[in-house]
Amino acid sequence: MKKIATRDAYGKALVELGRENPDVVVLDADLAKSTKTIEFAKHFPERFFDMGIAEQNMIGTAAGLAAAGKIPFCSTFAIFATGRAFEIIRNSVAYSRLNVKIAASHAGITVGEDGGSHQSVEDIALMRSLPNMTVLVPADAVETRAAVRAAAQIQGPVYIRLGRPGVPVLHGDDFHFEPGRAVVMREGDDATIIATGIMVATALEAAGLLEQEGIGVRVVNMHTIKPLDEEAVIAAARETGVIVTAEEHSVIGGLGGAVAEAVCACHPVPVYRVGLPDVFGESGKPGELLEKYGLTAAHLAARVREAVTKKGRR
Amino acid sequence: MDGEKIKRLEEKARKIRRHIIRMTGAAGSGHPGGSLSSADIVTALYFEVMRIDPQNPRWPDRDRFVLSKGHAAPVLYAALAERGFFSVEDLLTLRRLGSPLQGHPDMKKLPGVEMSTGSLGQGLACANGMALAARLDGRDYRVYVLLGDGEIQEGMVWEAAMAAAHYRLDNVTAFLDHNGLQIDGPVARVMSVEPVAEKWRAFGWDVQVIDGHSMEEILQAVEKARAVRGKPQMIVAETVKGKGVSFMENMVEWHGVAPKPDEVERALAELA
Repeated sequence: MKKIATRDAYGKALVELGRENPDVVVLDADLAKSTKTIEFAKHFPERFFDMGIAEQNMIGTAAGLAAAGKIPFCSTFAIFATGRAFEIIRNSVAYSRLNVKIAASHAGITVGEDGGSHQSVEDIALMRSLPNMTVLVPADAVETRAAVRAAAQIQGPVYIRLGRPGVPVLHGDDFHFEPGRAVVMREGDDATIIATGIMVATALEAAGLLEQEGIGVRVVNMHTIKPLDEEAVIAAARETGVIVTAEEHSVIGGLGGAVAEAVCACHPVPVYRVGLPDVFGESGKPGELLEKYGLTAAHLAARVREAVTKKGRR
Repeated sequence: MDGEKIKRLEEKARKIRRHIIRMTGAAGSGHPGGSLSSADIVTALYFEVMRIDPQNPRWPDRDRFVLSKGHAAPVLYAALAERGFFSVEDLLTLRRLGSPLQGHPDMKKLPGVEMSTGSLGQGLACANGMALAARLDGRDYRVYVLLGDGEIQEGMVWEAAMAAAHYRLDNVTAFLDHNGLQIDGPVARVMSVEPVAEKWRAFGWDVQVIDGHSMEEILQAVEKARAVRGKPQMIVAETVKGKGVSFMENMVEWHGVAPKPDEVERALAELA
């Protein structure tokens, strides 16, 4: 299957957006080559601002640009964008619902060799906790392009989570993206995997493995963490009786947390959360890290199998 | 300089100081000290310097003012009300539930507030963003910012200072309300920020040092700043915390404490 990194798709989508909308401006914090905002910078140098290694100032400047009618996209690694600049995002952007887009790359452990200091596994939790913030986690290149275009249409702050490695292209060009509306990628009655970002492809693979054993798994692509498609979550709970969430993020506060919150309130069923188990990452090849932390199709299938067995005993 | 104009502005500043006392007194909390120290600067901006239209607060070509030291909200609210952005009677709702006059300025709630501030250190970056937008749009508006001297202990201020100079934002004029006091005591003792003028100069800014309570010096400094090309401008305003109320002047205790009813009366008598 063809693989494209979501950050590469982001770089392309920005150029396209820049052509269509003169109000789109882009800021980066000395990582333009890595986040791919360099593409926009090449095409529209007068609308690109490198802010140097100063993420707080980048977000604050974007707030001012937005207050004056611009649509700023800010990019750097997810750890710095959401961690270093968190309180600026809260007070200068989200508090006033300013039209700032934060498109952060190198999220999760697939950053790889750079190690735990650079692997953001808490950014979804941070961004999801902010009022007025929309949180998008695209699964592939097609979804990334759609998310970037949707973000530009949304009046208010949007966080887009992007990754470093190439990931399979799951959608055709006719894919319709609606923020806040989950996509059922395949049907099944025995369990549901709700996945986000790069884990959607992994979830589909896991569902394929389980099908061979006669376990039917529904795969829900939750590309929008906030606002969460509670309807899709409740339907999964009601119709399949058990949910396994999958994310390249801490099991605390991200997709798993959001799904568990919705399920608890509306239709309690067991929810098993697959993700980083309250630990930091480390150096290694992305594939090795995914294996070590249980973010592979085989691991995910094992968790689903276990969940389905337990469900039968209830 | 036009003596009549100076007299008019001085009288307006006194009126704004009276509002600050009444507002914080009625609220029972708030920050009178740093509001009083910056009252002359804010008065000069809103009643002489800035191109604004209270009837059209979102006018694209308006000059902007960002109160980076957001706890001085009372001085901003008093100036906006006196200038006609909203009713003067609303001032007494400061910090009450449901009032658009939040404890720290909220741009979504109150017309005329250009940026929500309060968490220190963030305003200059926002002002820079507005200034960059002006350049992109080919508009000639200017952006004014007021920083506190304690506030510049925040590292983000210096990130923004660097960026303003790097991008040659000569449409940004900042004031430093150099009153020398912060909550825990004298700035010099808590965490020295000196030498401030040299620091800003080293960061690539045009710097002037003035008496922040002399209307004449404030206006002259703004005039000079506007003529600067290729550099942002910092006007270090030497001020007195609590200025205008004898028992508040240079008293750190009045940073974030509201006057009681009898103190309100005494203060208003001094500001009559």
